[in-house]
Amino acid sequence: MNAEIATEFDTEGVQKNFMFVNRKAPYGSIYALEALEMVLISAAFEQNAVIAFIDDGVYQIVKGQDTKAAGMKNFSPTFGVIEMEKEDADEDPDIDMVWRIVVERDSMEQRGLTAEDFSIAVEVLDSAELADLMNAQDVVLSA
Amino acid sequence: MKFGVMVNEGPFTHQASDTAYRFTKAAVEGGHQVPRVFFYFDGVNNGNKLSEPQADDRNLVKLWGELAAAHGIDLVICVAAALRRGMKDEILAEGFRISGLGQLVELGLATDRTVVFGD
Amino acid sequence: MKGERKMLHTVNKSPYERNTLESCLRLAKAGSAILLIEDGVYAAIAGSAAADQVAARTDDFTFHVLGPDIEARGLADKQLIDGVAVVDYTGFVELVAEYDAVQSWL
Repeated sequence: MNAEIATEFDTEGVQKNFMFVNRKAPYGSIYALEALEMVLISAAFEQNAVIAFIDDGVYQIVKGQDTKAAGMKNFSPTFGVIEMEKEDADEDPDIDMVWRIVVERDSMEQRGLTAEDFSIAVEVLDSAELADLMNAQDVVLSA
Repeated sequence: MKFGVMVNEGPFTHQASDTAYRFTKAAVEGGHQVPRVFFYFDGVNNGNKLSEPQADDRNLVKLWGELAAAHGIDLVICVAAALRRGMKDEILAEGFRISGLGQLVELGLATDRTVVFGD
Repeated sequence: MKGERKMLHTVNKSPYERNTLESCLRLAKAGSAILLIEDGVYAAIAGSAAADQVAARTDDFTFHVLGPDIEARGLADKQLIDGVAVVDYTGFVELVAEYDAVQSWL
């Protein structure tokens, strides 16, 4: 016997805290690119979101990416769209969401990077601060 | 309790889909609900009906479809990830449907816990 | 009043292949539960090089390991690190229900 399958859920008025955990470098695998598409779509839902770059994930937002010779799609400009979504959310009182773009300091420093190396503005957090922030989330999507 | 499940890998390269399947099965058999499983990244390959595992191997494509039918689970293949990989309606296994990434956010909003399985 | 939020973290990579366990131990908040699954179960074996990493943190976290993945890998007769509890898939489901949210370290 088959059970009935609902394909629509009533989520009217539900607001949650989402975190997108990015721990993989770009280009070597598809995770960074498709995770970015996931973040972009979520903007339409006006949910609170933390976009976190940890471990090799910090390489995703390094500026100056040039994929011409490698023959792959350069998706790094799309991080600028994420930054714009965040700024819109910060400035427009009609947009009911808070977005934060965060980088773990240890991950960044281990790789010899500073915030100056990134193509977008980020909050650099100590591991303990990031641990607190992660612990406060409702939905953590990692790739 | 309601669980939302996300599967990021296909049925063969990584164990993720097996673990997600066993988790989902234990959840629904334990009296919980899993209203939706969302397949993203190479996870979209879990919905390929042309997949033919060897006779002595488990067939995850079929298992997912059967579990969904028995317990009313909405199996959603992400359209953007699917198009890239040639996963189209013509080769979609029974029990799966193709839809947008918004269905993943909705899963997060509509369930009490979201659990991701991947590589 | 709701008590302090607590999270379940899953780790599915061998500690000898990736830094996944290390990152989890660095960024999970004390009081969290950590469940080792898939290739992550290799970190639960006593007397291994990775054992110290786990054993050093049993005051901060409750450690669990997925039994079916231990058995699949031929480790059923191996001694596990003290304080690591074996769960089956039902136990996995119960952990997810018990904690407020789940972070999968992939």
